[in-house]
Amino acid sequence: MFDRRLFEYFDWGLFVLTVLICSLGLGVLYSAVTAGDVPGMDMIFKKQIIWMGGGMIFMISSFLIHYKFIDKASLIIYVVCVALLAAVLVFGKHVAGSTRWLALGPFTVQPSELMKLSLIIVLASVFSTCVTEEGLGFHGLIKPGALLAIPFLFILKQPDLGTALLLLFIAASMTLFVNVQKKVFFSCAALAAAATPLVWMILKDYQKARIMTFLNPDRDPLGAGYHIIQSKIAIGSGMIFGKGYLQGTQNALSFLPEQHTDFILSVLAEEWGFVGCCALLMLYFFFLLWGFNIAYGCRDMFGSILAFGITIMIFWQIFINIGMVMGLMPVVGVPLPLISYGGSSVITNMAGIGLLMNVSMRRFLSG
Amino acid sequence: MSEYVKPPGREWLKKRLMGGTICVSVAFSILLARFVYLQVIKGEVYRHLSANNCIRLQSIPAPRGLIYDRNGTILVDNRPSFDLKIILKDADPVEETLLRLSQLMQVPLQELQEHIDNRGMQSKLNPLLLKRNISRDQLAVVKAHAFDLPGVIIDVEPRRNYIHEKCAAHVLGYLGEVNGEEIRKSKYPDVRSGDAIGRDGVEKEFETVLHGKRGGRQVEVDATGRLVRVLNTVDPVPGQNIFLTIDLELQQAAESLLEGVSGAVVAMDPATGDVLCMASSPAYNQNDFIGGISHKKWQALQQDPGRPMTNKALQGEYPPASTYKIVTAIAGLEEGAVNIHTSRFCSGRHKYGNRIYRCWKKWGHGDVDIIGSLEQSCDVYFYNVGQDVGVDTLAQYARGCGLGKPTGIELLKERSGLIPTAAWKRKRFGVSWQGGETLSIAIGQGFNLVTPLQMAVLIAAVGNEGTLYRPRILKSVQGSPGESPVEQIPEITGGIPAGKETLRIVREGLLRVVHGKRGTARSVKIDGVTMAGKTGTAQVFSMKKKDRDRSKDDPLDYLLRDHAWFVCYAPAENPVIAVSVIIEHGEHGATAAAPVASHVVKTWLERSGYFENQEKQ
Repeated sequence: MFDRRLFEYFDWGLFVLTVLICSLGLGVLYSAVTAGDVPGMDMIFKKQIIWMGGGMIFMISSFLIHYKFIDKASLIIYVVCVALLAAVLVFGKHVAGSTRWLALGPFTVQPSELMKLSLIIVLASVFSTCVTEEGLGFHGLIKPGALLAIPFLFILKQPDLGTALLLLFIAASMTLFVNVQKKVFFSCAALAAAATPLVWMILKDYQKARIMTFLNPDRDPLGAGYHIIQSKIAIGSGMIFGKGYLQGTQNALSFLPEQHTDFILSVLAEEWGFVGCCALLMLYFFFLLWGFNIAYGCRDMFGSILAFGITIMIFWQIFINIGMVMGLMPVVGVPLPLISYGGSSVITNMAGIGLLMNVSMRRFLSG
Repeated sequence: MSEYVKPPGREWLKKRLMGGTICVSVAFSILLARFVYLQVIKGEVYRHLSANNCIRLQSIPAPRGLIYDRNGTILVDNRPSFDLKIILKDADPVEETLLRLSQLMQVPLQELQEHIDNRGMQSKLNPLLLKRNISRDQLAVVKAHAFDLPGVIIDVEPRRNYIHEKCAAHVLGYLGEVNGEEIRKSKYPDVRSGDAIGRDGVEKEFETVLHGKRGGRQVEVDATGRLVRVLNTVDPVPGQNIFLTIDLELQQAAESLLEGVSGAVVAMDPATGDVLCMASSPAYNQNDFIGGISHKKWQALQQDPGRPMTNKALQGEYPPASTYKIVTAIAGLEEGAVNIHTSRFCSGRHKYGNRIYRCWKKWGHGDVDIIGSLEQSCDVYFYNVGQDVGVDTLAQYARGCGLGKPTGIELLKERSGLIPTAAWKRKRFGVSWQGGETLSIAIGQGFNLVTPLQMAVLIAAVGNEGTLYRPRILKSVQGSPGESPVEQIPEITGGIPAGKETLRIVREGLLRVVHGKRGTARSVKIDGVTMAGKTGTAQVFSMKKKDRDRSKDDPLDYLLRDHAWFVCYAPAENPVIAVSVIIEHGEHGATAAAPVASHVVKTWLERSGYFENQEKQ
């Protein structure tokens, strides 16, 4: 089933962009864990290299199978992921007040991460059959709405507000991409506005506290408020050219919370300054444009919507994470794609990029 | 799909993706603008702030809730402790500062260095503890040389103080530093490493009430670590104060009565289940645990044969001996095996199968009825009752009286005792129940085990005409200082499975134990008050006949001596106190345990003004 031409059309541009971002990420992570002067942290760097290696394998395995098969299997993949989510609630490992991890032998997996990809696949599959130039009506939204609601509620229950919102944003973006009729759009907006107080009621206390803290950081000067202040000091003190690699003082004194995971950008910003941040933004921007281009290049609706969905998933992570560390958004715990430390995040994003390549490589092949 | 859907064309796709690109561009512009704002426009300001690392977080510990007795007399409070700490970042060069510090304070350098070597994951900006609770002299020296000691700070932290050393140690418990495991499992919210948490007794049981919530402040400091200004403060929330049901004076009286012996005293209010005192001897000194107990002291406590770390009132399980005859009497009367007129002849021995079961009185009690047999604690009478009722029915009544299961007091590690049944024995030992064993059970020997607290609950229930209360130790909780404390409500757990007439007969028998002509505890009468009770002498080992004969002349080895029991309530008509006493190896209930109980009763009646009221009437 492999076509030799497949390799001729290998998407080198996307591959190089991915490798560049990963290398930058490893460089920053190295600084974050070594200068952090915290014993046992060197393991983190080694583990991240292993995760990235593992991510590559996922990337390759997800572009070898023709995406048409993925289209056909989309519902099965979705059901399996939802089952895993349900299993987490029953057998899950308890980490820091919420249950997100599932132990499978020696590995712990975070099904909520896998859920992102499987939701994109299943939505792409559903939308590809009903998309029209006029946009979707109310009828067309029932199925996607249900597909989103099930994992969304499960993840909210874990509780993992960040990932749940990410799912919502991804689904909303994909829906807007395939377009909805004007009356549908305005009704949904009105409905969302009306539902906000209801959502507020089901949030856990600490989630409410985070949102309140975002709106008014002075509310929690010892927790999130302090993190954001320190993160802002780290970023701002980088000025234009930064303090130099491994020279970040905020980082070196363990001032920053979770400097190797969610707050890793502040390490980069402190050491590389505005120039480094611009470079990272540029790399990400090119990456996203590349992804949109793949969506445009694809000859069938499923491939286009899938490529768009994955690109927009990566976009939302970037936007939420950077906005968070710069004090533009609540601290919700979304990692920076390919830069933050964390196995599940690396593997999900790499597998997503594999799917992008999958679509990209087959753009000139029929059937 | 029924209707034909026209798939959109390339132009449409281009338009949609263009929209996506515009959205992404706008979002990235926002991020870029923020970078410009933070790094270019405000960069100078932030660089300055980071150069001194001058925004710091200081934590303010929450004072732990105070513990009072039932009258509001303070039992446990907090005293300021001056802790010597160092901020490594400011103490440059560290070695020199430490050396100077060790000379000034006359503390070996190595001792200070150790804390720095063991700091682990701590940031250089977090104050690191060098020495807890330094003396006033050391404090003065450090303060005087503050300028030569950069980075050295003195923190004033509240420190737990048990005002009456050793008093109610087992009830109050003690504190210990929280361990990594507990922090990981986030068993207690708002607890961090270095915090002390309750390790036993009330301190542990009501940890979440007593702990409070830590506060903190964000401060700006200058390059040498001195405070420039406070940016933000979150006040700590002090722990809530609690009032126990214990009466300090009664507690101290009970403890002084147990001085030098091993045993326990529990006194309860029969009308509420309030534990008025709970003493276990020997005790330990809770203040030894503050700031970490020394290894030597811990070893000594662990190896002490008197088991000072055990609260014998609820963790000590003993054969109930003759105090159990209360249960056997209830079972016999309720089951119709005997009634008030049934009398039996006691010749000092009772033949069952081909074995002889003896009464404690060698020559026998002659003809006795149920009341007389309780008064004189006649074994033969109860052998007969036990034989008629059977082990399983007896066990049913014992459980109904609250034995064989925890009383549910709000203290940890309570033991449930043991009430054997035939099924239990088969399961436990794989052999069937022997009829003769029922006779032993009927007089509280054999497999039977009870705790002094269980017996206190039972005797209190006999006193209040049948109501079993959950013994409670927490009287009220004070939400915040100045607020009136919220009273806890007494809780009834059941009733003695006996009718009015049965209880009347048993109560009459118990009254005669103290006031009857032949009562086993007639020597402990208190002038001006009626008291009802029951003695018990629990065999530690069942001795063969020839051993017993031989030991008549030898003084028994201490560990082979019998345990002495006494349970009672007073005044007999309308009791205000019920007491249960066990003296380990005290030999005779009447001589070792009964005087202790009698003294406790007397102390309480004096304290509550009972005798004065009597005189007025």
